[in-house]
This record gives sequence, structure tokens and C-alpha cells, in this order.
Amino acid sequence: MEASTSPSGLVTADGQPLKRSLRRAERARKLTALALVGPLLAFLLVMFIFPIAQMMWRSVDNPQIVNAIPRTLEALEAWDGQGLPDEPVFAALAEDLRTDAALPRREQSAGPMGIRLNYELSGARGAVARTARAVEGFEPPFKDAFLDAHRHWGNPELWRVIVREGRPLTASYYVAALDREYDSDGRIVKRPENRQIYVSLFGRTLALSGVILFLTFLLGFPIAFYMSTLPMRYANLLMICVLLPFWTSLLVRTTSWIVLLQQQGVINNAAVAMNFIADEQRYSLMYNMQGTIIAMTHILLPFMVLPLYSVMKNIPPSYLKAAKSLGATPWTAFRRVYFPLTLPGIGAGGVLVFIISIGYYITPALVGGQSGRMISNEIARHMQQSLNWGLAAALGTMLLAGVLVLYWLYNRLVGADNLRLG
Amino acid sequence: MKKRNMTALGAAAAILVAGGTVNADDPVSLTIVSWGGAYTESQQRAYHEPYMELNPHVTIVNDDGSANALAGLRAQSQAGNVTWDLVDMLPSDAQLACDEGIIMPVDHDAILAAAPDGTPASEDFLPGSLGECFIPQIVYSTVLTINHELFPEDQQPSTIADLFDTENFPGRRALQDRPGTNLEWALYADGVPIDEIYDVLATPEGVDRAFAKLDTIKDDIVFWTEGAQAPQLLADGEVAFATGYNGRMFDASEVEGQPFEIIWDGQIVEWDGWVIPADGQNIDAVMDYLFFATDTQRLADQAKYISYGPARASSASMVSTHADLGIDMEPHMPTNPDNYFAPIVLDNDFWADYGDELRERYANWMLQ
Repeated sequence: MEASTSPSGLVTADGQPLKRSLRRAERARKLTALALVGPLLAFLLVMFIFPIAQMMWRSVDNPQIVNAIPRTLEALEAWDGQGLPDEPVFAALAEDLRTDAALPRREQSAGPMGIRLNYELSGARGAVARTARAVEGFEPPFKDAFLDAHRHWGNPELWRVIVREGRPLTASYYVAALDREYDSDGRIVKRPENRQIYVSLFGRTLALSGVILFLTFLLGFPIAFYMSTLPMRYANLLMICVLLPFWTSLLVRTTSWIVLLQQQGVINNAAVAMNFIADEQRYSLMYNMQGTIIAMTHILLPFMVLPLYSVMKNIPPSYLKAAKSLGATPWTAFRRVYFPLTLPGIGAGGVLVFIISIGYYITPALVGGQSGRMISNEIARHMQQSLNWGLAAALGTMLLAGVLVLYWLYNRLVGADNLRLG
Repeated sequence: MKKRNMTALGAAAAILVAGGTVNADDPVSLTIVSWGGAYTESQQRAYHEPYMELNPHVTIVNDDGSANALAGLRAQSQAGNVTWDLVDMLPSDAQLACDEGIIMPVDHDAILAAAPDGTPASEDFLPGSLGECFIPQIVYSTVLTINHELFPEDQQPSTIADLFDTENFPGRRALQDRPGTNLEWALYADGVPIDEIYDVLATPEGVDRAFAKLDTIKDDIVFWTEGAQAPQLLADGEVAFATGYNGRMFDASEVEGQPFEIIWDGQIVEWDGWVIPADGQNIDAVMDYLFFATDTQRLADQAKYISYGPARASSASMVSTHADLGIDMEPHMPTNPDNYFAPIVLDNDFWADYGDELRERYANWMLQ
């Protein structure tokens, strides 16, 4: 295509201005790129972004009370928050509960409301459940009927909770996730010491992950370094040694650590047999923090070794030789030439190990006992046992936010572009 | 004549074909969720296999998901795709699920068989066991068990108070990682009479007292989560005392020959039973199965494979011998008078109301 000039600028052979042809070609290229990436984008949206967004929505979504007792909430607007509400509120409550009981069972909201209120005030569930069954037979004055039915209706705290939580969105899950609660004036205060769990668990999770990161680095760097200096044949053999445990089932690896580390396990029995320790002083390596650290370091080691190996393999050995020929001692050559070149691999491996270990819960659940427990175990407990999905979602969102903040920090300090997997 | 025969023949053939396609015995697959291990095996042998023999078109598939039954049911009902047909669940969880509407309320006399002597189901099942959405199956206990080889012959533990006595009975203890059962035992060992335990536990001072008692053995505790972990820890010698489900302990000590001794003092008695997920896909087949699997003979049969008591009064007299070992099951039943001298019946209403708060406190305590 020849370009020739015309009064308005460069023109291509078919008479179009060069700029326009260029734009058209660019657009075609971008559309092709979008079409190629499109399926992956759709997959990520559906399988990744949408579920996470749903989880984050659950941490503030609060429909149970608003759906169950709309008239009561309206009547409560006239209440001043002192003592107990008046008769109109109780009448509205009776009507709400009766309407709800008339719905098909799957659409009833009184039950879920009771469960929701119970997160804020123990015993509310029983009050709602028992009253919902009895409300058919209530006669005015309703206030007395409710107070007779269950003593909790005479507790001003319950009514304060209903008013506070009778909104479509709530912050109470986050308040609980930060070990705080609302006092009777509606202010957010710290929970009593014996119910504070989550903040210290977050701290412990970060600390444990840091320790595991350090240990995997300490163990993985020499392995990768050695493998990168070997000829192909031996390097492949060592690579199999690294990969074979990686491919073995996670549960098998974890339970074999139990066999090795428990008080009557292989390591302790060997140490006693060889008279290193007395029988009463066996090492306590299982069902505690040590167990979690050891097992998780073992499981996450390949994640550190593989990126490091890939990066190290690509460092020309001539660099080290050049450094030595310029007068550097082997240690100086390593420190000032080799090590900085491996930083991208360390970054990649470190990010992988840290982020995976923050979210791990199977291994701490099996070998961690109580001191090796991590925040993920608490999230699992709320998902599976107490069924408080709002709190689980709040904890999960906080974990996600924490990880994103750490990643941003890493980006500022090291630079995400400095991350290479090979 | 021939034409009439042919017409008759054709009509008969048509009826057969039509009857064949509208077959009430179309193959059905029921997914029954339970707890796994020895317990599911006992259900398989006492309920599922006899039922499948009588109804060849039904296949029963076991799913060991009862530990997460609540979460699973809720997730399935929210997704609009309920794949479980029948779920084995504890009554406190069943109460929660019932309140949420994810399981069906049941009319006991309508769907459950009467006793052989004619007593309606609602009166045959042990008092207090039938729930709005809950059909009891077994009575089981969480009991304290010891490895008697770890203690001298003349000084074997025999009461719950011994669990908290680390001076005379040293060794680690395995407790469940839930507050249920542990708080009751702490109060019982601290001297609270059995019938006052839940009243005391409903007060803040009572809860503090229970945790203070547990603190005295805190350093020696190993926590277990799954039912199979407790006998495993005891068998490995990791712990000297373990709390666990009496059926699992029976299985370990009688079937596997472990040197265990069950301490029946303070056994915490609970029911375990069936719930029917609402919007399940095979409700009719499930109802038919339930009618069979909860009748008097079947509940007595389950006692042949695991040492849990049947929830029906009429089944008690039919409890016989273990199917494989041939030993008499009567002495191993939680409800046997020799074992039932100091039972603590778990109060499900209490745990439904106070469970959330106490679980948080217990989680905090476990972390200290």
C-alpha cells in the first residue's frame, strides 16, 4: 500500500486517510483479541467474580427481620427506646406473625427471623418459635398475651435489637467479626475478653503464614539452587522427588504426618529408643502450632521450589563467573549478582505460599489442635455448624480485603512486574 | 371368531404395554445422608439392604455428609436443587432446620408404623423424642471412655469427676471441640445435681463455673472433631481418657479388640433420627422407606450391629445379639438399667437458644 500525500494528510492506496485506516485496523485487532479472551472472561465472571460478589453481599444482607415483621417495624418508629413498646406494636406483631403463619411453610419468615435475632441475643429464637405457634389463640390486649407467652418479650434489649436490625442492610456481622458488639445505648464496644476470637485469630493466621513462608524459603532456595546447577538428567530426578509428593493427595500427606509426629509416633519412638529423650518427655509435635507449621511447610514447599527453579535455570552461569573474574569473593558474587536476579522467583513463590497458607483449613483442622487453628477454621465452623453465613461471609470478605491490601503493599515495594514464574 | 380373538389379543397386548410403561416400580435412587463409619454400616445392614431386597427397583446411595447436614440442606434449598432424600440429623439441628423451613413437618401417626401390639407411633416412641420435623431412630450417648491399660489395676477411673482429676489419673484427655457435653460434665464434676445442670448453665455464673472447671485440665486436652477421631486417639495411646459416641467406642473395644472401658456415669443421652428435606425429589419413595425403616423390628435390628438403643419402647424387648460377634447387646445399650444410673439427657431447647453464644465462648476458650 503506498502512502501518498494529499491536502488533508497522508492517504493510503485506496484513498482513505491513513489515520482512519489505522483506526479500523486497530479496532479489528482489538475485536479479535476480545473474541479470543471473551470465553475466559465470561468464565471468570461466572465462576469467580459472581460468587465472590454474592458472598460479599451476604455479609451485609439482612432480609430476615424486614420480611417477617414489616408492620411491627412501622409501629416501632413511634417507640422512644425506653422500657417496653406499647400495645399498638404488640398488636402489629401479632398480625405479622399470623400473616406469616398463613403462608406456605417454605415462604414463612418467622423461623429465620428467630435465628437471626438469636445471633444478637441468646434465647430470641426460642421466644419467636414458641410465640409463632401460639399466636393464633391470642386475644387483645396483645401486650399481656405476648408477655405471658415468653418472658423475652418483656426484655427491652430484644426490642432494641429488633429496631436496630430491622433494616435491609446491616453492619452487625462486621461488628461481630471485629470482636465487638452493640451495648444498650447502641454504641459499638469491645466484646468481653472471653468472647474475643477473631482479631487474634487473624493475627495468628498472618503470623503463621509468615513463618511458613520463611521456612519454605529457607528450605526451598538451596534445593532450587542445587537443582539448577545439576545436569539435566540428575535435575530431572530431583524434580521428580519434589513433584511426587506434590501429586500425592493432600489428606494422605497430612495423615502421614500424624503418624510420624504424634506422641506415640515414629519420631518420638525412635528418639526414646535411641535415648535422646526420656519416655515422659516426648516431643509434642502434633495437634498444636508446631504440627501445623511442619505439615504446611511440607505441603507448600513445591510452590516455592518450582518458581525458584524456573528463574534460576534462566540465569546464565557466566554472570557469576564474570563477577568472580572482576574480583568478587564467592559470597559477594552470590549476594550482589545472583541473589538479586532470583528476586522475581522469590516474589512469585512467596506470594503463592503466603496467599495459599492464609486460606488453608484442612491441614490446621487435622493437625493443628487448638493452638494451630487459623481463621479459615472459624469460617468453616460458621458455614457448617452454626450456620451463620452472614458472619462467615464477613470474615471471608475481611480476609479477602486483607490479602488484597498485602498484595498492594507488595506491589508498591517489589513491583508486580517483578514477578516471574519462569 | 378369528377376528374377535385377534381383537381381544390386540387389546390384551395393548393393556400390557400400557401397564408396563405406567409402571409404579420405576427404578428409584434414594440418597440417604448419614454419619459414616460404623454407624452408617449398621444402617446399611439393618435398614437399607433389607429394604432393597424387598423393593428391587430401589437403590439406596449412602452419603456421609451428616456432619455438615445443616449447611448442605440450606445450600441445596437456596439453589433450588435438593438432591438429598433423607437426612440423619441431631434434634437440635433439626429444630433449626425446621424453623427455617428446609425440612418437612411430619405427622407421626400418619407416616410411621404402629407397634405390633397396636400402640400408635406417637405413643410408642420414647417420650420427648418426636419432633415437629424429626423422627427419632436411636438413643445414643456421649460417654467417657478410658484405655484401661494406661492405669494401674487397682486405680481405674470410674466417674466423671475422675476426668478432672489429673493428680490421681494423669494423662491427656480428648474432648470434643464443641461446648455441648463438656459444659454439662464440668458442672456435674463440680457437684451440681443432674436435674439442675441446665438451670445453672443458663446463668452467666454457671457458665463461668463450668469454664473454670474445664480450665483445671486445659493443658492436657486434645480436641476432636469427627466421631472416628476419639477412639483413634485412645487406641494410639495419645490420650488416656476420651469422650465419644458409645457406639463407636463399643465398636473399637468389642469388634476391634481395643482395651477400652466405657464409664457410664453421667452419660449424655441424645436422640438421633431422620429428617426429610422439603422439596426433595422422591418424597413418595422416602415415605415408603421410612415406614419400613422405623418400625419396631427394624429399630431392634439396628441394635444387632451397633450399641445404640432403639427409640421405640416396643423394640427394647427385641434387642438380641450382635450379628457378627454373637455377644448379647443388652449390657451395651445406653438404656440398660445397669448403665442408666446417672444419665444427663441433653436439653435441645437449651442448646438451640444458647448454642451460638456458648460456641463462641468455647471457641475463644480453646484458643487460649
